[in-house]
Amino acid sequence: MYQDSFYILNSVFSLSEIEVGAHLYWEVAGLKLHGQVFIVSWLVITALLGFAIVGTRDLKQAPKGIQNFMEYVYEFLQDIAKNQIGEEEYRPWVPYIATVFLFIFASNWAGALIPWKLIQLPEGELAAPTNDINVTVALALLTSFTYFYAGLSKKGIGYFAKYVRPTPILLPINILEDFTKPLSLSFRLFGNILADELVVSVFALLVPILIPLPVMTLGLFASSVQALIFSTLSAAYIGEALEDHH
Amino acid sequence: MNPIVSAASVVASGLSVGLAAIGPGIGQGTAAAQAVEGIARQPEAEGRIRGTLLLSLAFMESLTIYGLVVALALLFANPFTA
Repeated sequence: MYQDSFYILNSVFSLSEIEVGAHLYWEVAGLKLHGQVFIVSWLVITALLGFAIVGTRDLKQAPKGIQNFMEYVYEFLQDIAKNQIGEEEYRPWVPYIATVFLFIFASNWAGALIPWKLIQLPEGELAAPTNDINVTVALALLTSFTYFYAGLSKKGIGYFAKYVRPTPILLPINILEDFTKPLSLSFRLFGNILADELVVSVFALLVPILIPLPVMTLGLFASSVQALIFSTLSAAYIGEALEDHH
Repeated sequence: MNPIVSAASVVASGLSVGLAAIGPGIGQGTAAAQAVEGIARQPEAEGRIRGTLLLSLAFMESLTIYGLVVALALLFANPFTA
């Protein structure tokens, strides 16, 4: 009986329903793609590109309006890279770190701010792309490739000497670190975003008005911090790979 | 699904979040206490201390989130359901 009334409640407030593990599948060349992730991330990419194009279309010596805002954003992102990698070598890595930050930030906020529940999909639901573990694993692996590339392009094969530093006894731990880095990066982002959405929808299920608002605000703050953490850590890993040990 | 498996999964998912919250809770408390002390000693460094504190709090929080990921896997993607 309790369950029946719960389901009635649930159908009345179906806007607060949440489905975990339900996806809108697209079949492309025998591969199953999670369609809802693609739709939202294309929107995010379009929005980011739009901002970039509008911000740089009419460049002025004394910036104002959107150009001013975009320059502020650029300086913020540049500072992340500069603080972690160092003054001399940070410049080539700003694009990667800035892209990662902006994509994660915009994805998280798009998932939280746009009322996706109003759009019905045949299966699954539209939400932040970062609440799918495949997206966060892809981003974390990109970071792995980037820091390997950074180290190899700077030091050549000598990059691998860092595995036997400070002593060869630490070799297994140093190798293990290359696997735990993407693992923790991806789980952190995925878990935080999914946890935010779950908490908000549980609150919205219990009390559908007003009460979930502070939690939503907290979620917005937490998801922007997660974007900052992901890009800071990426920059730190790249900086670590570029570091000189002499 | 085997009822014992489902019961054990529910208990385990509750425990995994609860236990994973203990350590980071203590750690976050210590970090926040030290940050407050630092701000009281050097109020002009408040901005930098706050930034570092928030970043390290989020790192600690991610440890609980790992527990949460395990709990979610047990609840929604249980590998032992067959």
